[in-house]
Amino acid sequence: MAVEVEGITKRFPGVVANKDITFAVRRGTVHALCGENGAGKSTLMKILYGVQRQDEGTIKVDGQEVNLHSPSDAIKVGIGMVFQHFMLADNLTVLENVVLGAEKLHGIGSGAKNEIKRISQEFGLGINPDAMVADLGVGARQRVEILKVLYRGAKILILDEPTAVLVPQEVDELFDNLRELKAEGLTVIFISHKLDEVLSVADDITVIRRGTTVASVDPKDVNARQLAELMVGSELPTPETSESTVTDQVVLSLRDITMAGTEGRDLLHDIDLDIHAGEIVGIAGVEGNGQAELVEVIMGMREPSAGTVMLEDTDISDWEVREIREAGIGYIPEDRHRHGLLLDAPLWENRILGHQTERPNVKGQLIDAKSAKADTERIVKEYDVRTPSIFVTAASLSGGNQQKLIVGREMTHAKKVLIASHPTRGVDVGAQAAIWDLMRQARHDGLGVLLISADLEELIGLSDTIRVILRGKLTGTFDPDTVTSQDLGAAMTGADTPHDDIPHPTDPQDVR
Amino acid sequence: MSNPLVRKLMLSLGAPILALFVAFALTSLVLMALGDPVRDVWITMLSTPKPRMITNVVNGAIVLYLSAIAVAVGFKMNLFNIGVDGQYRVGSFAAAVFAGQAWLPGILNILVAIIVAMVAGGLWASIAAYLKVQRGVSEVISTIMLNAIATGLVSWLLLKVAVRTAGSNAIGTKVIPESSQLEGWKLIPGASNRVYSLLILAVIVGFLYWFVLSKTRFGFDLRATGSSETAAVASGVKVKRMVMTSMILSGALAGLVGMPLLFGQDHSYGTTFQAGLGFAGIGIALLGRNHPVGIAFAALLWSYLDTQANGLQIRAGVAPELVYIIQGIILFAVVIAYEGTRRLDIRLEQQRVARELAAQRTARQTEGAVA
Repeated sequence: MAVEVEGITKRFPGVVANKDITFAVRRGTVHALCGENGAGKSTLMKILYGVQRQDEGTIKVDGQEVNLHSPSDAIKVGIGMVFQHFMLADNLTVLENVVLGAEKLHGIGSGAKNEIKRISQEFGLGINPDAMVADLGVGARQRVEILKVLYRGAKILILDEPTAVLVPQEVDELFDNLRELKAEGLTVIFISHKLDEVLSVADDITVIRRGTTVASVDPKDVNARQLAELMVGSELPTPETSESTVTDQVVLSLRDITMAGTEGRDLLHDIDLDIHAGEIVGIAGVEGNGQAELVEVIMGMREPSAGTVMLEDTDISDWEVREIREAGIGYIPEDRHRHGLLLDAPLWENRILGHQTERPNVKGQLIDAKSAKADTERIVKEYDVRTPSIFVTAASLSGGNQQKLIVGREMTHAKKVLIASHPTRGVDVGAQAAIWDLMRQARHDGLGVLLISADLEELIGLSDTIRVILRGKLTGTFDPDTVTSQDLGAAMTGADTPHDDIPHPTDPQDVR
Repeated sequence: MSNPLVRKLMLSLGAPILALFVAFALTSLVLMALGDPVRDVWITMLSTPKPRMITNVVNGAIVLYLSAIAVAVGFKMNLFNIGVDGQYRVGSFAAAVFAGQAWLPGILNILVAIIVAMVAGGLWASIAAYLKVQRGVSEVISTIMLNAIATGLVSWLLLKVAVRTAGSNAIGTKVIPESSQLEGWKLIPGASNRVYSLLILAVIVGFLYWFVLSKTRFGFDLRATGSSETAAVASGVKVKRMVMTSMILSGALAGLVGMPLLFGQDHSYGTTFQAGLGFAGIGIALLGRNHPVGIAFAALLWSYLDTQANGLQIRAGVAPELVYIIQGIILFAVVIAYEGTRRLDIRLEQQRVARELAAQRTARQTEGAVA
């Protein structure tokens, strides 16, 4: 075994990022770690590379337990990391980039150049040490990054989402390189959420969900749909809704929403979406397919290139965030630490956040601290936020309790629409059930709810309608009463598209 | 440390006191290394100042306080307004020129001149604000450059309007009329000199700073933006406008820095007008943790060190510039100590919350068992 990871647990204030992660990587293989964004892959990687320390658990390399305090410890035991975002200086040559920080190994002159040539030849990387990095394409830059790691003596390579930046032909080339590395006895840990790629290149697959390893599978035994199901989970407490409360009154309606991207492909393309009072519309999709942009357009945080957003009969396309919030759209953000809370501020100030112009938080231009505090007490009680007082900082609460505070705050002000982005991500099972109850309550109260989630069981259980988003387009509509996780997983990854081993970014149209 | 209030107080007082001790120790080492009389230096620095000197300490602190509050407004927004130095120069010059014309009588002349200073300082800061909002230029860079430009610009304009003082090489703006000169208050018993009347200005500014930041919607938005820009955007704050407003506000307050000097001491703006106040303000705002009362203490400490250092040359044979070393070390130590206590504070609070929640749970379980 090249690497054995056992019982790794890592806690951050308010969240458990990794919980009891256990897996083993065989020498001379490509081992894929797959899971949704936010499942805890990046924390695990940082632990393996010595950037962060685990709270519990052990890492063994070649059977020896290792203590990784820094990346240099990691490289000493032969672990090297190729980051998703390249760390190369454009105005230097390949040689200069490679020796930078490793001058002691082979010097900076001909010795180093010969070593680079040798490595390049041995692994078929095709790198010229004298080329300027600025002149290299993305694929070649990535090979330089791999070479950098090999030059430093790595026997185990961790690649973080290496295909995210590549076009399909480059992906094929990368996979050939990986097979070459494997043939030479090196070990590759390959991190990805693209199922087809994982299946085509990996010898073993470990699936991570909600911060813990849920399965280790042989790619020969599973297909993309089964893998998708493992990634999003299906044995969690089921979020069933009772009888339908959907009305025919449209509360929020999006027409032809398009947002241009920087690389030719639209981030959002011709989105048409209606949400009715008393309806939960679920959006299923692999992360990064336009969900975040869709939410930001509705909330007024980003301007679409075209299209209109209507709240009942009012065109709110040009409204500011504050006006939209005042009009009665509640917002549970995807990343509560970045968008939902002031971590250093007490709970009662966090209760004001997002509603700085609304009662009971303010009277005219002044903050009404007394009423805000009283209402925070109410939210804490009604929404079961576990805290010793409303004066502790938001950072000191657990993730689930932070989220219940946000849900309580937003439900208090959401008069018409609630936008819930991954509302149960990173919260414990108890809080999850409570938040589901609150979603149902919102629906019962006649709100239109937009639910974005990576958890398919959650979507199927709560939604009245499920739409699938793929590469910025709404590609499918499903009835949650009849759809299965497999169907959704397939639609989300485009795996139901004919002959689609590797999704082609320029031709995403023929889905569904 | 179970009481949160006690904990907060100990942490917030502990850090600066620790920093003072570190500065004391390190400065002593420097003096020893250079073979200077360590004992004499500290006897001079720590001797009880005479009443006249106490007045000087207070007067120095008034000016430094205004400067630090101007910086602190930016800090609260995560903006580093390094340009207070240039802004107060521009503001003081504009006010001196205006007041010197004596268009208005007595107090009215002073009040309007103060407004002129704020407008000039604010306008000068608005250049940096505009560049940041529209062009993404870091305010650190642009304000440093604007400081240099302000120095040149004011010198050049001064030459245009200057009146030469008889029997001196110093030049200055026209002296403000006697009716608009403030003679100051006799606050310190036994002192022959007086405390600037515009002490009142510092008190008002300090109070407004506290009130606006902690009690108003605008203050909440400003603090939210400083604490998490992403969360502020999501909550509906228009961050660009906020940057613009707070930078101009910071500049307007910077315009006030020279007012106590202008109306209480110099009565004109000239080549001898006190320089470097803006940079001292940055350190004092840090030391006082952007808190209106904390800054007051920090300004007094700074001014005390400045004043006491004057005696060093005569009484200990050491250059008074030694005070810069002491102040520098205090700042370094305090920045490190504040970050340390901040982390300690978060950890202690998390532990406390976890403990109290666990206690609540057990209490509920026993209750359940009894029922």
